[in-house]
Amino acid sequence: MLTRENTVNLVLALLLLVAPLAANAFGQPFYVTLATRIAILALAALGLNLALGLGGLVSFGHAAFFGIGGYAAGILSSHALSYEPMIFGLPGTVQMPVIWIVAVIASGLVALAIGAISLRTSGVYFIMITLAFAQMVYYFAISWPAYGGEDGLSIMVRNQFPGANTMKPLSFFLVCYLVLLAGIGLFALIRASRFGAALQAARQNETRVATVGIHPYRIRLTGFVISAMITALAGALYADLNRFVSPSMLSWHMSGELIVLIILGGTGRLFGPLAGAALYVAFEFALGGLTERWQFFLGLILLGVVLFARGGLLGLLAGKAKHG
Amino acid sequence: MTIALALEQLLNGIQLGVMLFLMAAGLTLIFGVMGLINLAHGSLYMVGAFACASVAAWTGSFWLGLIASLACAAAAGAIVELAVIRRLYDRDHLDQVLATFALILVFSEGTRWLFGDFPLYLDIPPLLQGIVNLPGDASYPVYRLAIIAVGALIALGLYLLIGKTRLGMRIRAGESDREMIGALGVDIRTLYTLVFALGSALAGLAGALVGALQSVQVGMGEPVLILAFVVIVIGGIGSIKGALYGALLVGVTDTLGRFLLPQLLALFVDPSQAGMIGGAMASMLIYVVMAVILAVKPRGLFPPAHA
Amino acid sequence: MKTMLAAATMALSLGASGLAMAEPLKIGMITTLSGGGAGLGVDTRDGFMLAIKQSGNKDITVVTEDDAQKPELAVQIADKMIQSDNVDVLTGIVWSNLLMAVVPGAVAQGKFYVSTNAAPAALAGQGCNKLYFNAAYQNDNLHEAMGEYANKTNKKMFILAPNYPAGKDSLTGFKRYYKGELAGEVYTKVGQTDYAAEIAQMRASGADGIFVFLPGGMGIAFMKQFAQSGVKIPVMGPGFSFSQDVLPAIGDAALGAKASGQWAPDFDTDVSKKFTADFQKEYNRLPSIYAVQAYDAAQLIVSAAGKASVKDADAFRNELLKADIQSPRGNFKFNTNQHPIQDIYLTEVVKKDGVLTNKTVEKIFTDHGDAYAKDCKI
Repeated sequence: MLTRENTVNLVLALLLLVAPLAANAFGQPFYVTLATRIAILALAALGLNLALGLGGLVSFGHAAFFGIGGYAAGILSSHALSYEPMIFGLPGTVQMPVIWIVAVIASGLVALAIGAISLRTSGVYFIMITLAFAQMVYYFAISWPAYGGEDGLSIMVRNQFPGANTMKPLSFFLVCYLVLLAGIGLFALIRASRFGAALQAARQNETRVATVGIHPYRIRLTGFVISAMITALAGALYADLNRFVSPSMLSWHMSGELIVLIILGGTGRLFGPLAGAALYVAFEFALGGLTERWQFFLGLILLGVVLFARGGLLGLLAGKAKHG
Repeated sequence: MTIALALEQLLNGIQLGVMLFLMAAGLTLIFGVMGLINLAHGSLYMVGAFACASVAAWTGSFWLGLIASLACAAAAGAIVELAVIRRLYDRDHLDQVLATFALILVFSEGTRWLFGDFPLYLDIPPLLQGIVNLPGDASYPVYRLAIIAVGALIALGLYLLIGKTRLGMRIRAGESDREMIGALGVDIRTLYTLVFALGSALAGLAGALVGALQSVQVGMGEPVLILAFVVIVIGGIGSIKGALYGALLVGVTDTLGRFLLPQLLALFVDPSQAGMIGGAMASMLIYVVMAVILAVKPRGLFPPAHA
Repeated sequence: MKTMLAAATMALSLGASGLAMAEPLKIGMITTLSGGGAGLGVDTRDGFMLAIKQSGNKDITVVTEDDAQKPELAVQIADKMIQSDNVDVLTGIVWSNLLMAVVPGAVAQGKFYVSTNAAPAALAGQGCNKLYFNAAYQNDNLHEAMGEYANKTNKKMFILAPNYPAGKDSLTGFKRYYKGELAGEVYTKVGQTDYAAEIAQMRASGADGIFVFLPGGMGIAFMKQFAQSGVKIPVMGPGFSFSQDVLPAIGDAALGAKASGQWAPDFDTDVSKKFTADFQKEYNRLPSIYAVQAYDAAQLIVSAAGKASVKDADAFRNELLKADIQSPRGNFKFNTNQHPIQDIYLTEVVKKDGVLTNKTVEKIFTDHGDAYAKDCKI
């Protein structure tokens, strides 16, 4: 059904595809890289949006999952390239699909542990405890000497995806774009499903949900874990984009940025994360090239968005969210 | 390990705790009364330090600098409250997080724009320099003891303010039921500005006091901010008593952890490895403690008695 | 008269070499210009641009961007500079972790990188590359120098550094040369501001000397607290702990501290005096070691550009290797791993004309290379 929001969504999706194609045709590969960055950050924020937008769980620690995904890519790749086996004698790998599976499983397990404890709290306490767990992972990564510590880990050659030459910016972009679309599709599916309905209901009225016989805790935990897995997948892609992973992917600044992306685009909206990521990367790029005081102006712009553009970019373009 | 060393470390932990209390008290007041998460609190800490350093350099007096830090931080807080924060009370926490996160960027780069790229000089006043001798052959810097004293005084002052004055009564009432006191004729808007300015002044004071001990540079407030949040969560958001106990707990745990963990590990592994691993574990320790406390008491140690 | 002649000749030759072969050269500078670490990036940029300006070479352009001390931003900016701005040489990164993020990709795309500061061991040994040059040092050097110095004056050292790769390298480098006893080896948290606990340990340790590597704000905090604590053990550290950009903030607490460095503002050579005077005139402050390193990096690039085209990588590389420059540091040449071989001096913090600065005391190492050159297979 072609509602205003759907139209905007379609336009955004097409723009994100067409712009890098055009840039590539005009011999400007850097803009392809920029578009890839947008796609990956959009996926990361999409994951968070599942927990935050649908579930109302303001996680200030999602950078932990982003980083776990990144380190999965880095660690597996470095072991493969150096021919040293990891623990249990398992070899590394440079195949992206395998890396993605590892990233998703690892982050899912960690999210299960973190979520199990954190979801016993609510409101601001939940925000702080997710932050605390992310900080723990961050300090752990900094002091773990085997994988570079604070210096981080370089991925010398970008990992491989069957059927594509990932070293070419456009090919890698298309891989990321398709994964993003898949993620958006998954989000839409979840939102429309019974599980999604329960998750959103738990956000709106916990008691009522419980009286109907659904455990809010279990629903939220499931939502939290799935959201972590999506963000981790984005992290693995991000590590491959930069050919580098470091603890800065785990910092609370990153968690804050993910939240910023969602709010900029419009919380809970299907294409909110994409809009937010596009806006943020564009600002950072444009302002960074203009002045060394760019963070000051970025702050002012963000402030303006919060105060005057409630509902983010999609709120501006597509009007209030339709429920149901 | 001697008595002197243990005593010194304990005092260090208390001093860190006191500094965290100054930050946490303001933060918990603002959240308790106004329901606002203020990520920019660390920036006000920085403003206080910069104000103190500049005025102290200009006038040659640390004490004038200290007064300046209180005034500037309170003023900055009031201005921010009037211009930005006021519009956020009705919003959800998410918008508050974003807006105050944006304020951090503005404050940090704005400070760098005003004061330049290099750290500023701020030193302890001559009156408070030197050390005192303690029992057990220990010695401790006078200035740190002074900080502990200031913290204790502020704690007492806040207790009296909140418990025994009309303003305190309104603050407590505001924590319980915001709308009701508005309906009862209390000027909420001024109350909020006052509370925000008070919290900011405390942060600025902490920044100035600590700036003399450490370094005055852009971004100095951020690590402290995170710790302050940990403190108020452990203590119970909205509770000054919780902030005090939480701060002392965090301060002492962190200091003793940094000191004891590497030594403990040195019994099992070689010193250089023990140092590295111990250091890492010590960094994570505070967060582990917080997670454990929240797992057992999800609303902190001393949550205020209302919803 | 003699100094004026020398200076004039040098300026002429710099100018002349710049004008001789007018091949356009684009340099991309990525450095930290915002946030708490901006002081180092600003010094880097200023030192670099001073040399470029003095060269008079109109065919060299420099694009500068701020990395905000974030590795992902540095990578993004590097990609942009290489793919969009078509730079030929990259430079400017202050921090080792950002360098590790950028250099492998840059050299893989065929671009030169001349480092103005960061010099991790990974790129000095096995990871070395024909296109990667380091104009500063190798990260371990200044720590090794202090270790060597401590052998003469101390029997029981307490050493401390932050718990991150550069910090661990620091203590490893120190221990590589120091042969005495260690009263303590402590790793603090990166960005830690309160050293009360560690100072108490130092007091109790019975050490006769303390070696600290604490760059930036960490060093400022430590020195102030140490001075207040009443502990009377002499403090020493690598040059970074007492560099010109942080000395004013530490204040008198730094007086007497011993450090190691390739250069100090009081060097007596004509080249150094002219550089210091020019820097002060242009920027109204004393240069730090970061400014000198950047100045030399720029000089290296300018000198190579004057004799070969950067499009001919081998020729350009050969010219860079010749290190045909007049460095304020004095002797400067490249090792087999394209890191410097230079002299390292002992300095002491003193107050000159009311300004805190480093005074040269004696030479510790002559023509010092690094421990990783043997692993480099260029």
